[in-house]
Amino acid sequence: MPASQNLRKQEARASRRRSIDRWFGRIGFLVTLGTLGVLAILLLNLAASGLTRIDWQFLLSFPSRRPAEAGILSAWVGTILLMMVTASVAVPLGVAAGIYLEEYAPKNKWTDFVEINISNLAGVPSILYGLMALGLFVYQFRFGQSILAGGLALACLVLPIVIVATREALRTIPASIREAAFALGATRWQAVWHHLLPYSTGGIATGVILAMSRAIGESAPLITIGALTFIAFLPPAPILAHAPFISFDWLFSPFTALPIQMFNWVSRPGEEFQSNAAAAGLFLMLITLSMNGAAILLRRHAQRNIKW
Amino acid sequence: MSFPYESSRRLDKAIERVMVGILRVGGWASVLVTFGIVITLVTESWPFFKAVPVGRLFTDRMWTPLFLEPQYGIGALLAGTLVTTGVALCVAIPLGTLLAIYLSEFAEPRFREVVKPMLELLSAVPTVVYGYFALLTLTPLLQKIYPDLPQFSMLSAGLIMGIMIIPYVTSLGEDSMRSVPMLLREGAFALGDGKLGVALRVVFPGAFSGLASAYVLAISRAVGETMIVAIAAGLQPRFTLNPLESAATVTAFIVQVSLGDLPHGSIGYQSIFAAGAVLFLMTLGFNLAGHILRRRFHRAC
Repeated sequence: MPASQNLRKQEARASRRRSIDRWFGRIGFLVTLGTLGVLAILLLNLAASGLTRIDWQFLLSFPSRRPAEAGILSAWVGTILLMMVTASVAVPLGVAAGIYLEEYAPKNKWTDFVEINISNLAGVPSILYGLMALGLFVYQFRFGQSILAGGLALACLVLPIVIVATREALRTIPASIREAAFALGATRWQAVWHHLLPYSTGGIATGVILAMSRAIGESAPLITIGALTFIAFLPPAPILAHAPFISFDWLFSPFTALPIQMFNWVSRPGEEFQSNAAAAGLFLMLITLSMNGAAILLRRHAQRNIKW
Repeated sequence: MSFPYESSRRLDKAIERVMVGILRVGGWASVLVTFGIVITLVTESWPFFKAVPVGRLFTDRMWTPLFLEPQYGIGALLAGTLVTTGVALCVAIPLGTLLAIYLSEFAEPRFREVVKPMLELLSAVPTVVYGYFALLTLTPLLQKIYPDLPQFSMLSAGLIMGIMIIPYVTSLGEDSMRSVPMLLREGAFALGDGKLGVALRVVFPGAFSGLASAYVLAISRAVGETMIVAIAAGLQPRFTLNPLESAATVTAFIVQVSLGDLPHGSIGYQSIFAAGAVLFLMTLGFNLAGHILRRRFHRAC
């Protein structure tokens, strides 16, 4: 076979490869857009049937048998109170666990076990946290179907997210920072408190926001502890007009939350309830998407400002 | 003569000891949560497994533990979970892998930096919203193509679940493909292969354990997903492998029983913990497999 013919064959093959590559690039781009398009369709869809329902009356009314009078007052109040419990349990515990595992824990079998445990815990279906809360918090500890039980269930659920985020934030800090602190006589805690924690605030805050956004949208564990009930009242106020001014009765109050209210409306027949569901869904989407957006920006900001 | 800072040094040491104690409590918390889940599942489902002969779990055809003449064929629930997960994987694995290859090997870095977090939003959408979408938008759409599709179908729930788990495949898959050393790619390019050829013949095999762990974690997510299937796939247990029918999954059964009045210690109460125990074992297996695969991948790099 003459050399020129061989070369021509090679060239033909190369140009075929190039055109395959070009086509794959186009397909990949279209699939990316299509996948993101699902998100857009989802939002537009909710807006189309829910936007007309959103007004002050919807925000400030209790759920009702008559769809046009129903609102999400008890739902959003419940969500806020739940998040207060969840955050005040999951954030300190998760950050402490992250610091302990990254800065203190000796490398041994036990630490290995804890690590496998956390990675498994992050993959445990949310409904199992609900079953645990039902057996343990609702019945063993006798918290009842209360904000406390729900908030604790969600706190257990997002604990691994906070732990992992804290560890990753600490891991990006170079060892030289720690060594410099130790060389100046700092104890390990002083190094953590004065240096490592301030430098990792961005990363930890990102993780906390993502964890809270996950908890806000979660409904399965709350349904499992029996929270799907008709709640047309608000929990007792946390602040009183008389001494001792602060009350914790709300912790033991029954509750509903935004995703549960939405589930309630989705599962009812009738178009009017469905547009209520869409309106509640629109709120949920706005909350979770803006929290995720904030987390993305925060992460980018933290990465840009610190160059080791 | 005493060192001037000795007393403050002693204080620092005391604070250090206290703080280590507090931090260790945090480290314990995650283990306690796991123990809490395992112990609750075991103790609350114990009476159920004691009352029901284990053989009947596999020989009965129906799952009706709350009926007067109860049947305990857990296969009816597992079939629902199997089908919805299967449909979801048919969506998520091809699309997720394709996106991972595209983002890691083809897309401009700036495009990737913008798109990747946006794709991850897909798994941040509350699942009850996905359920709404599957039931009230996708199902009517599918009914136009296939008019006999019932209002609740495993197909519709599975398709949406597939969309939800795409980011798990893409994100982990893309990470592992990008950590395949550049040298290997350059070698293949030097031998005259094209971009797609390099991606499929060099990068894909090189990143396979990472991709496999992504697939396994996606499976675990799909098996444990609750709200989408509870809303859109139906709550009636039915022994069928046909995705065009409605059937309850293990998770949907738990929701369905939780919706009713559930006295502590009743057979209904025990049955959801039994279903939960089965679910826990399944996802534990997938999670551990995923963990091992990911670790192997990190070691290979």
